[in-house]
Amino acid sequence: METYSAMREFADSWALLALTLFFLGVIAWVFRPGSTREYRDTADIPFRHDDEPAPRDQSDDEGAACHKEART
Amino acid sequence: MWDYVKVAVYGAIAACAAFAAYMARDMAYQVHMIIVLVVAGGMVLYTLRGLGRAKPAPETGYMDDVVRAGVIATAFWGVVGFAAGTFIASQLAFPGLNFEWAQGVLNFGRLRPLHTSAVIFAFGGNALIATSFYVVQRTSAARLWGGNAAWFVFWGYQLFIVLAATGYLLGVTQSKEYAEPEWYVDIWLTIIWVTYLAIFLGTIFKRKEPHIYVANWFYLSFIVTVAMLHLVNNLSLPVSIYGSKSVQLFSGVQDAMTQWWYGHNAVGFFLTAGFLGMMYYFVPKQAERPVYSYKLSIIHFWALIFMYIWAGPHHLHYTALPDWAGTLGMVFSIMLWMPSWGGMINGLMTLSGAWDKLRTDPIIRMMVVSVGFYGMSTFEGPMMSIRAVNSLSHYTDWTIGHVHSGALGWNGMITFGALYFLAPRLWNKERLYSTAMVSWHFWLATIGIVLYAASMWVSGIMEGLMWREVDAQGFLVNSFADTVDAKFPMYVVRALGGGLYVTGGLIMCYNLWKTATSAPAKSATPVAAPAE
Repeated sequence: METYSAMREFADSWALLALTLFFLGVIAWVFRPGSTREYRDTADIPFRHDDEPAPRDQSDDEGAACHKEART
Repeated sequence: MWDYVKVAVYGAIAACAAFAAYMARDMAYQVHMIIVLVVAGGMVLYTLRGLGRAKPAPETGYMDDVVRAGVIATAFWGVVGFAAGTFIASQLAFPGLNFEWAQGVLNFGRLRPLHTSAVIFAFGGNALIATSFYVVQRTSAARLWGGNAAWFVFWGYQLFIVLAATGYLLGVTQSKEYAEPEWYVDIWLTIIWVTYLAIFLGTIFKRKEPHIYVANWFYLSFIVTVAMLHLVNNLSLPVSIYGSKSVQLFSGVQDAMTQWWYGHNAVGFFLTAGFLGMMYYFVPKQAERPVYSYKLSIIHFWALIFMYIWAGPHHLHYTALPDWAGTLGMVFSIMLWMPSWGGMINGLMTLSGAWDKLRTDPIIRMMVVSVGFYGMSTFEGPMMSIRAVNSLSHYTDWTIGHVHSGALGWNGMITFGALYFLAPRLWNKERLYSTAMVSWHFWLATIGIVLYAASMWVSGIMEGLMWREVDAQGFLVNSFADTVDAKFPMYVVRALGGGLYVTGGLIMCYNLWKTATSAPAKSATPVAAPAE
């Protein structure tokens, strides 16, 4: 089979299937249990660090704190 | 040590440019090489003057000076681009404006790409670069990665704009819409764009927030996709490295399809995804409420990414392109209705519970109109991509009207909103110089767009119907000149709409200037309480 036909066949079979499944997977992932609370926290990101970056040394603590807060 | 390397590199570039200017095979290439020579020479002097001085300690706060420069550049190029558009609209209405003394430089054919590139790449591009630098820092809680690389991106991009614009006036073009610059300008843009990507990714990598906020996803997809589109659509071989002419790698329908794959995704990822990044940050900030549905924003993102890339073939209905490809493009364009309207709803509903702000805050009003135009033009676009509708609308002014309701309405208004949001914060002011001026800008711009879009609908549909009108014997009724004659009143209205829009832009520039120079400074706030 010439290259064009081979790639064409691959594109409209397996590649199409993989992309569609990935897309459906994203939608399923978005609605996973517990996502609502986590996304509420994520949606607040623009309101946190208006004036200066997060301090360097506490970064790990803070990241963990955000996570914890999101899960409670 | 590093400074000596820089001087050597700038010097080498200047020498190469001087040699290339000497060897040049055409005038435009020579002019461009002289521009490069002057810029590189200036950089040598600038670096030499700074040699002895002690380096300031690296700063730790947000890197906002490059964003300030970006705001100024956006406002400046915006007015230049709108003015160029109004002028060429007037040239179409009054052909006498194609002055005899300026033939070959300032006639419609030379100025049109100058207008499109000025508004899309100079105005829109600077707005995207500036806001993405601002947003990625705030949402990552980290200073911009790469230090002065951000300045390289900013000034390098301005040089790209100048080379592109002077090239158009001197007749350098590879005849690809929105990708007119020739090979050496393309290479320069590639270098800048890769640096831009590195800065953006570097900042995301060192973020202090565990999540990457959705605006950054949109910005990142814009940067990555534009890089890919730019590289593939500009595959060409220069005839000589001392000349501006190059030959495309693809030919015929493959070239056309590559061009419109590029062209439509320039709309999809430059003018849509990038500006959606703006929407997802600035609308919540200005409304002081988080985005309506974060889940919807994620689905919006992935649906847009998965579908937009296939929509290009709808630009090539009734051409040598196979029908199946056109149908594919058409189907994907129609499917795009869903994510587009999902995104519009998400933007508008962010205001739910705060609709009263529409009465008092003209900036929110601008953003809402912008999102409304996003919804309207993403409804109109898929409709026009349907083959039967396209047979009427293609090649007519309807297309131009559609593009402008998207560009002036959606891209322009959201950018104005972002600039008004940014100016007091970047220059550390209490508020904007004048809210009344924002209202004036809002109404001038909105009425301008309405005049523009309405006149182009009438003109485009009339033109399409006149072209296909046949008499009882099957002969065409109208000559081409008849349609041109019939469009005259609509062209005058269109130019008037453009005039209103440019006036609004000038008012904005004055307002931003006064905000930076004479609005009351922000009073020092006591220790800030966390926003949560």
